[in-house]
Amino acid sequence: MILTQAFEWIFANWETFLGALEQHLLMCAVSLGIAIAISVPLGVTIARSPLASFLAINFAGALRTIPSLAILAIALPILGIGLVPSVVALIVLAVPPILLNTCIGVREIDPGVVDASVGMGMTRMQRVSRIELPLALPAIIAGIKTASIQVIGGAALASFIGGGGLGDFVTAGIALMDMSRLLVGAVPIALLAILAEILLSLLQRALSMPDNSSSRDAR
Amino acid sequence: MQWVPDNVPRILEALGEHLLLVAVSVASAFVISMFIGVWSARRPRAFAVVIAVTGVLFAVPSLALFALLIPMLGIGVVPAIVGLTAYSLMILVRNIAAGFQAIAPEILDAADGMGYGKWRRLREIEFPLALPYIIAGVRIAVVSLIGIATVAAYINAGGLGAIIFEGIDQRFPEKIFAGGLLTSALALTADYSLTRLERAARPGGMRAP
Repeated sequence: MILTQAFEWIFANWETFLGALEQHLLMCAVSLGIAIAISVPLGVTIARSPLASFLAINFAGALRTIPSLAILAIALPILGIGLVPSVVALIVLAVPPILLNTCIGVREIDPGVVDASVGMGMTRMQRVSRIELPLALPAIIAGIKTASIQVIGGAALASFIGGGGLGDFVTAGIALMDMSRLLVGAVPIALLAILAEILLSLLQRALSMPDNSSSRDAR
Repeated sequence: MQWVPDNVPRILEALGEHLLLVAVSVASAFVISMFIGVWSARRPRAFAVVIAVTGVLFAVPSLALFALLIPMLGIGVVPAIVGLTAYSLMILVRNIAAGFQAIAPEILDAADGMGYGKWRRLREIEFPLALPYIIAGVRIAVVSLIGIATVAAYINAGGLGAIIFEGIDQRFPEKIFAGGLLTSALALTADYSLTRLERAARPGGMRAP
C-alpha cells in the first residue's frame, strides 16, 4: 500500500519532513503578510479616486492571468535561486486579489454612510479605521482567502526554482517515479489548501452581516 | 530575442497542444456539469452540498492534484485532461446550478400551466434563461484552465508550460517570458471574447453573477 509506505517514509525521515513543512508554511506566511501590508492600505487609498482604482483593478486583473508557474519562473533569472525569489513571486501572486477586493469593498460602501461620518466631523484617519475598514472587511477577507489558496498552490511550485518546501517531495517523487514519496508531498499540500479554504470561509461567514452583499469572491 | 523568431513552428505547436488540453477538458466538464447542475438546482440540500464540495476541491493546488493522479493514471495527456476536467467541473457545476436556480418559480409554473412537458420546459424556457450564467461559468473555467494547464507540462502533457519548464531547466529567460506572456495573452483573449458572448446572451436588464 502506497499510503502506508508514505507514512513510514515520513516517520523514518521526520526531520526532513518537518523542515520542508516549516519552509512551506514560512514561505506562505511571510508572502501573505507582506502582500496584506501592501494591498490593504493601497486599496483603501486609491478606492476614492475613480482613475486610480480603474487602473489598479485592470492592472490587477491582467496580472492575475499570468500563470503562477510563469511568475515563479520569471523570478529565477531576475533574482536567482532560493527562498527570497520564491517569496517575492508569491507576493506578486497574492497582491492582485487582495488589492482588487479591498478597492471594490471600499467603493461599495453606501455613500450616505461616508457622508454621515464626514458630517460627524471624523478625520480621514477616523473614517478609514472606524467606517471603511470594518465595512469592507468581509470583502477583504474574501480577497485574502483567494490569495491564500493561490500562495499555497504557488509555494508548491517554488520547488522548481529552488525555493524548497513540500513541493520538493513531489518533484523528487516524479523524478524517481517513487509513488509514496509523491504522496508525502502532495497530500499535505492538498490538506493545507483545503484547511485554509475552510477556515477562511468560516471567518468570512462570521464577519459578513446578513444584509451585507459586498463580500465578493474575486476568483 | 533570438529564440522566439527561430522557433515559431515549435511555439505554435505548443499553443495548439495547450488549446487542445483546455478545450477537451472544458467540453467534457461541461457535459457532466449540465447533468449535475440541472439535477441539483431544484434540490436545496443537494445544491448546498455541491457548492461546499466544489469550493473545497477547487482549493487543491494543481501540482498536488496531478501528483495524486499519477499512481492511478501515470503521466501524460490522459491524467492531465482528467485533472483539468476536475477543475473546470468545480467552476461549471456552481455556475450552471446557480443559473437554473435563479429562474423565478412563477416562470416555471406558467410553463407547466401552458402544458409544457419537462423536457420542452428545460429546452425552451430554463436553458435560455440560464444561458448567461452558463457562459459566465465557461469563461471562468477557460481562463483558469489556461493558467493551470501550464503545470500539466510537468507530467509530460505538453503545451505552453513545456516552454516555461525548458526555460527554468536551461536558465533561458527568453523561453520563460515567451511561454508566460503567451499564456497570459491567451487567457486575456478568451476572457474578452467570452465576456462579449455573455453580454450578447443576456436579456435586457438582467445581471449575471
